[in-house]
Amino acid sequence: MSQFILSLIGGIFVSATAGYLGTLMLQKRMALVAGPLGHLTLPGIALALLYGFDVSLGAFPFVILGIILIWFFEMRTKLPMEALTAVVFASGVALAFLFLPIEQAETALVGDISQVGFGEVVTTAILCLLIFSVLKKIFSKMLLINISEDLAKVEGVNIKKYNLIYLGCIAIIVALGAKLVGGLLTAALVAIPACTARNLSKNMRSYGFLAPLFGALSAVAGVFLFEFSGLPAGPMVILSATLIFLVSLIFRK
Amino acid sequence: MKILEVKNLKVELGGEEIIKNLSFEVKEGEILTILGPNGAGKTVLLKTLLGFLPHQGEVLWQKKTKIGYLPQGITQLKVKDLPLSVEEFFKLKKVTREEILKFLKLVGIREGAFLKKRIGDMSTGQFQRMLVAWVLISEPEVLLFDEPTAGIDIGGEETIYSLLHRFWKERKLTILLVTHDLNIVYKYSSDVLCLSKKGVSCSGQPKEVLTTGLLEKMYGTEIKFYQHKSG
Repeated sequence: MSQFILSLIGGIFVSATAGYLGTLMLQKRMALVAGPLGHLTLPGIALALLYGFDVSLGAFPFVILGIILIWFFEMRTKLPMEALTAVVFASGVALAFLFLPIEQAETALVGDISQVGFGEVVTTAILCLLIFSVLKKIFSKMLLINISEDLAKVEGVNIKKYNLIYLGCIAIIVALGAKLVGGLLTAALVAIPACTARNLSKNMRSYGFLAPLFGALSAVAGVFLFEFSGLPAGPMVILSATLIFLVSLIFRK
Repeated sequence: MKILEVKNLKVELGGEEIIKNLSFEVKEGEILTILGPNGAGKTVLLKTLLGFLPHQGEVLWQKKTKIGYLPQGITQLKVKDLPLSVEEFFKLKKVTREEILKFLKLVGIREGAFLKKRIGDMSTGQFQRMLVAWVLISEPEVLLFDEPTAGIDIGGEETIYSLLHRFWKERKLTILLVTHDLNIVYKYSSDVLCLSKKGVSCSGQPKEVLTTGLLEKMYGTEIKFYQHKSG
């Protein structure tokens, strides 16, 4: 299989799943949380690049660390989430630059899927399908929790369990996204397609359908642009998503 | 028949004792109003009855009692920017389209087109009615309502209380209601339970137990306002 097709498939799976996840994160007003988490993956990516193992694998433990940090800070300080985000945000970048080989900085910051192998793409696709189906399963319960935790409790929803599953999905998607668009841009991968879908949706069904669709479209456009212009794929994917978002403003409902 | 029995209930939150040694019973078909000033623990009591909060003492529901609960402060703000339709909101429970239409009709929403409406686009009154329908659709035997209006006019001839009263009559419900409005208590409640920070409590029929002295003790300076309202 040609490298181009592999990059395309990998990109579509990650971007579509991230878009779907975004609809939940937007509901919870957590769209920006993917930002600091993405930034925190940078030291992990740096390590991966330094020792030559998979970028997502390096990123994953750092996302987990980030989730635990934000949760811990929130519990201990009662500072609002966005303030904590500011605290954690740049620390990841700063830390990464302690040991990130500078010639590979671009890969870490804005991703690189131009070299993905067959095995990687298969693993990515399987993980994405898994996450997608898990998200689909918890979607309505999460929605109820977001509307009112008390209503959810009366319906017998185990809030802690669902939040934990949800955070686990975020961790995996951020780690996978780090490879596609790098540590700096993962928040956009999650947020932009969901925002676009919300602009165009009157109900949840179209919201949940359009977000992954726009995610996938951005990936296709981004990888094509990369192929023909040689510009890095990550930023191209995000800029394509931004363009679709801008177009959606015209048709906003 | 007793549907709920509470014995020596004690609830502590963040090191503060919110509810001290509370015992009471609720009989089937009762409308019990829980009265008390802000901070007396009314909401905490409801949440404890639902099993949401750790507590000492006993909360005994009759076996397999189906409880419906409308918590305080569910506002449209929360759903305002969600592309969530009325039908989808109801479908968060396992209900059919016919049931949704039936229960919306019961609360005075008759147009079928309503199902496709975005919740954020409803009027406040419609939203309140819809929430009541959402709770009722599970066919609960007991309703726990925490200040259902909080000052909101639901529109039309009916208030949210007369709406509840109608369901109470038709469906032989038991209702536990938290409110500040003494008018409501006199008009609809069969029983009343008073909570206060100082631990003063009353229980019994409103006309018998709600003496001026007790209300003064419970509400302190707020009493003038309440007397005015109920007078």
